[in-house]
Amino acid sequence: MKQPGTPARKKGLTAIDGAMALIVILLLVQIWLVSATLETYLAGHNETVLPGAIISGTIFLACFGLYLFIERMDAESRGSQR
Amino acid sequence: MNLFRKPSPEPLWRDEFSVFSSDEKYVSRRQFSKFLVLTSMGMFVGNLWILVRSWFSRKPFYPVTAIASAGEIPIGGVKLFPYPNLQEQCILLRTGTDTFVAYSQKCTHLSCAVFYSASKDRLECPCHNGAFSVQDGSPLQGPPRRPLPRVVLARKGDALFATGIHLEG
Repeated sequence: MKQPGTPARKKGLTAIDGAMALIVILLLVQIWLVSATLETYLAGHNETVLPGAIISGTIFLACFGLYLFIERMDAESRGSQR
Repeated sequence: MNLFRKPSPEPLWRDEFSVFSSDEKYVSRRQFSKFLVLTSMGMFVGNLWILVRSWFSRKPFYPVTAIASAGEIPIGGVKLFPYPNLQEQCILLRTGTDTFVAYSQKCTHLSCAVFYSASKDRLECPCHNGAFSVQDGSPLQGPPRRPLPRVVLARKGDALFATGIHLEG
């Protein structure tokens, strides 16, 4: 069933796309961080492990915050149609 | 600002399986975002696992072990010996009349065994053409970025002892 898109829906979709792009970028940084932390840990340098975990946790929280934003935008955009 | 969205009055099947085709974009994006965030959580758990491992890992014990007598190795000669346990091979080099150096034989790139190249006076890894300095174990060429772990040596008379390992070369 087709439903015409409204400016509010398009705006919501753009915001969701932006948030998703940001999550992807953060995730790439996090993947690099895990591999770098593992590499230095295996090399016997334990001093990088704690900062790595803290930064990784911060990135995860940022991703989770963006996900909540997406959920809210989704609910608002779809709710306005019903 | 309300972070969590309000519970939908719609039944779950209707909320997740869109009736309108324009809603599909939202559902697929939401589910993909959920997947991305779960992946991010997996990465965080990985970092926590490394942290826990580093907290609970014991400090390595390095015994004092007799590895060779000075007279048995000619200048420019090498001897392989296990240290600090039988699984870890190390390489001892005599660089001068009274100078000896010893390094772990594991290349810091992918753990291939390094060997001494007398013609180039350096330690070489045959797997990816890596090379290390004989003087301090620092990488000279190829993919290795970290120096070879250096075995700390002590000499008592003619006997050579390994007493520890320096990770910084």
